[in-house]
Amino acid sequence: MQVSTSHKTESQGLGLATERMRILVIEDDRDAASWLIKGLTESGHVTDHAANGEDGLAMASENLHDILIVDRMLPKMDGLSIIRALRAKGVTTPVLILSALSDVDERVKGLRAGGDDYLAKPYAFSELLARVEGLGRRNSQEPLETKLRAGDLEIDLLTRAVTRAGQTIPLQPREFKLLEYLMRNAGHIVTRTMLLENVWDYHFDPQTNVIDVHVSRLRSKIDKGFDEPLLQTVRGAGYMIRAV
Amino acid sequence: MQFNPKILKTSTFRLAAIYLMVFALSVGSILAYVFWNTAGLLERQTDATIRAEVQALADQYRLLGLRGIVDTVQRRSAERGGGVYLIADSLGRRVAGNLESVPPQVIDETGWIDFPLDIQIGPNKQRRSARAFHTDLKDNYELIVGRDVQELRQFGDIIRRTLYWALGIALVLGLGGGLLTSRNFLRRVDAITDASRAIMGGNLSSRMPVKGTGDELDKLSRSLNEMLDQIERLMTGMKEVSSNVAHDLKTPLTRLRARVESALRSNSKAEYRAALDKTIEESDRLLQTFNALLSIARAEAGQNKEMLQAIDAREIVEGVAELYEPIAEEDGGTLHVKAAAGLNVLADRQLLSQALSNLVDNALKYGVTGENPKPHIEIEGKLEEGNVVILVADKGAGIAAEDRTRVLDRFVRLDESRSKPGNGLGLSLVAGVMKLHGGTLLLEDNTPGLRAKLVLPLHQSQS
Repeated sequence: MQVSTSHKTESQGLGLATERMRILVIEDDRDAASWLIKGLTESGHVTDHAANGEDGLAMASENLHDILIVDRMLPKMDGLSIIRALRAKGVTTPVLILSALSDVDERVKGLRAGGDDYLAKPYAFSELLARVEGLGRRNSQEPLETKLRAGDLEIDLLTRAVTRAGQTIPLQPREFKLLEYLMRNAGHIVTRTMLLENVWDYHFDPQTNVIDVHVSRLRSKIDKGFDEPLLQTVRGAGYMIRAV
Repeated sequence: MQFNPKILKTSTFRLAAIYLMVFALSVGSILAYVFWNTAGLLERQTDATIRAEVQALADQYRLLGLRGIVDTVQRRSAERGGGVYLIADSLGRRVAGNLESVPPQVIDETGWIDFPLDIQIGPNKQRRSARAFHTDLKDNYELIVGRDVQELRQFGDIIRRTLYWALGIALVLGLGGGLLTSRNFLRRVDAITDASRAIMGGNLSSRMPVKGTGDELDKLSRSLNEMLDQIERLMTGMKEVSSNVAHDLKTPLTRLRARVESALRSNSKAEYRAALDKTIEESDRLLQTFNALLSIARAEAGQNKEMLQAIDAREIVEGVAELYEPIAEEDGGTLHVKAAAGLNVLADRQLLSQALSNLVDNALKYGVTGENPKPHIEIEGKLEEGNVVILVADKGAGIAAEDRTRVLDRFVRLDESRSKPGNGLGLSLVAGVMKLHGGTLLLEDNTPGLRAKLVLPLHQSQS
């Protein structure tokens, strides 16, 4: 059996090709906000900042932003109220909720209020960036695609067939789901937590790096025997299917 | 015995006072009835007799004239029956009868009069009460017919006095009894209040006084004491947990600090970077520990029972097995799963999956020995004695019988496991999740190895 790590390529830095987005950060903690804004700006995005709930709601209501990053607890108006008010006004901008509450039911509450993703504090910046960019793509994606392609790899969402360079690759249902998620985000980093949440729907930390094992199995199936490795490990961040 | 004005504010006393009022009212009504039927009756009878006599005399006067009634009056006046008679002329002079003159109390033409009567008994003059009916006859004569009612009045007075006394005694006894009862009650309530103050003051081992009579206050004290026992147990547990937490978090923090300090002493950029990388790693581990602690606390507090949903545990068993199977294979071992249908439970999918994944993770880590380096794990979901049972069995060293309770405590890591990564919280979380689901975690011998058994109540669906 070929050891999968031989295909691993490491991508340095996170500034991968992404469309520039205008992001509103609604966060009252000055340090946290400036750290966030610095990181987002360095990643090539434009940011606005609101330090309390009321200002945040007013700015978000103008509907000028691609993504809203909303802290759960804010002075004057809490994060969930802002999201509810926005959704009631018909503003559909994707929202990432940041919260110190990591409870599963807190997460459910956040999503029920109209949030699109939920990230518990503290988090790695790479995790936040991957999710923000994921939300941005979700917003602009064409929903009617039945085939996804990356280089010579192609998957058919209807027949569940996977081929690479015309060669059929048999995959387990979970492997297919994993590949589908990576392909939908081709060219972008997805973190281990994102995979665990979106492919397995588990919102807890399974301690051992189970995800790595699943990804390396998938890699051995789709990259083995091909010159060009498609599934890459991004050190300190996650994984990425190269969009060739 | 000292009077305590606090008594007047007690609910027992207020209750006693209300009872007393009702009691006094009913005693009063009974006594009034008695009075009406004794002294009152006699007086009414006397009045009726007098009226009948006046009527008869008036009729006689109309028929026979003055002479006709004078004889009758003279004759009756001579009788010793206590009768009082007088026929007077227009100037008030006696024509006949045993009354000397018209008493000054006569005001109206016709009506009742009460007046004192002086009677010669032997050498003494005696003043007595009389009651009479006075009426004017034709030709300006006046007629007075009455009775000596001295005895009647005295009888009435005696009855009235007796009734007052009876009422008074009833009131005093009732009031005294009420005060006494409330004093007794207040003393016991005060004892309970003092005990609770002492407990609030920090003496958690103090208990409410129990008198042993088994009355309501005793029942209250007993249940309060049971509550205090429970609180004390929890508090002791909490103290232990917090000191464990403090101890177990100090170690990695000390390590973290030492590393940063030594990096600061060096001047190499590479060393700075390495130290920062390590710091992030270490703080991630710390955060993981904190999250695990919070999850345990939440599960143990048993909140959010409404988050539990009717689900088939088979999906959870198969899902977690699927997640870990590649790892067992990677290690050269095996992971077999067997799940029966209809494992209906009321559960939180995330928490139950997490608990099961902790067990499988443990089995992968500790289910290997020197002679048996590859993990062989069996996961089984089945119905057993009306419960849903999930088993995770390995072929490792197992846990000695005497350690099986201890390992459920937070941060407990057996010596054999210290060399492997982990925070000693995995089984605590499983136990906490089981508590939230009304189930239990049993650790059994798999000869060899450990068999962890989750027992959950079967959920009967409504359909």
